[in-house]
Amino acid sequence: MSRRITLPLLLAGLLLTTGVGATEAEHIHASGAWIRVLPGDLPAGAYVVLENTGDQAASLRGAHSSRYGEAMLHQSSGEGGVNRMAMVDELAIPAHGKAELSPGGYHLMLMKAAAPVTIGDKIKVTLTFGDGSTLDADFVARPANATGG
Amino acid sequence: MLLMLAFGTWLLAGCHRDDNIQWRLTNVTGHMPDLDFQLVDDHGKKVSGQDYRGKVVLLYFGYTHCPDVCPLTLAQLHVVMQRLGPLADGARILFVSVDPARDTPEIMHAYVNAFDPRAVGLTGTPREIEALSKRYRSAFTREPDRADGQYEVTHSSAIYLFDGQGKARLLSTPSNTQDEMVNDLHLLLSLGSKS
Repeated sequence: MSRRITLPLLLAGLLLTTGVGATEAEHIHASGAWIRVLPGDLPAGAYVVLENTGDQAASLRGAHSSRYGEAMLHQSSGEGGVNRMAMVDELAIPAHGKAELSPGGYHLMLMKAAAPVTIGDKIKVTLTFGDGSTLDADFVARPANATGG
Repeated sequence: MLLMLAFGTWLLAGCHRDDNIQWRLTNVTGHMPDLDFQLVDDHGKKVSGQDYRGKVVLLYFGYTHCPDVCPLTLAQLHVVMQRLGPLADGARILFVSVDPARDTPEIMHAYVNAFDPRAVGLTGTPREIEALSKRYRSAFTREPDRADGQYEVTHSSAIYLFDGQGKARLLSTPSNTQDEMVNDLHLLLSLGSKS
């Protein structure tokens, strides 16, 4: 019990001393990042869970990777039995909450691979947040018929 | 014992009429036309609906430049096929492109095979594809080009299930579960071509 209290206290103390100018990226933890690799040069969907450990809301604004020519933040929707895909400007990550990029919802669309991506590769993707801060995350390349992170 | 066998046979015969099967997906029997089209498969061969008689068909409209929902749907269908085991050989997933301008048979071939060996990619002229789409009251719209010249295609998400005689039987929508799909495919495949 005491450990559960001291750790946040310790972290809070650290933040008080060093965290005055903390960026959104410093409070974001990325996990379960993967890319669904499709044959040829077809655009690929990329997925990740973003957890915000900070007291302030954050937002994902975009992404880029040296392995792809272009990356866009998209959202799929299926109202009225129709599948639609739209570009979105930002995805909110609430304070002490999380935002999920997952199949059938929000995703990064990665296009124009610089070289063929092999299953099992770890692809570095840089995520950009509302205040301009960035976070690098390793996305695992998974086969087309993978069903989840 | 003989009586039980006779009773069993009668039950099976009764099942051929399948009036009393409790389907989990939406039953569209008698409400949609038989499977019929003239398209090109992913080997570049001209095919028609008739070529798939004897197989249970899962018809789905999509396009290969769709990075999220189409692969998700095909990956889920692959899991369904795996769960069916050897029975799945009696079924074919027909993935019809609503983007014939970009989807050549070669691209379709690599695409469908990345998901399941029982998936077939079909493409054709815009007119042929529109005819098939309209036949099943499906719809698709090419969205405006982006700055990079690429575009998305908005399309219906339903999967149409046909029996071995090419009769439209069931409709699966994203609200249906994988269990429901497996359950109904089991039933549809066991109806088979026994009748």
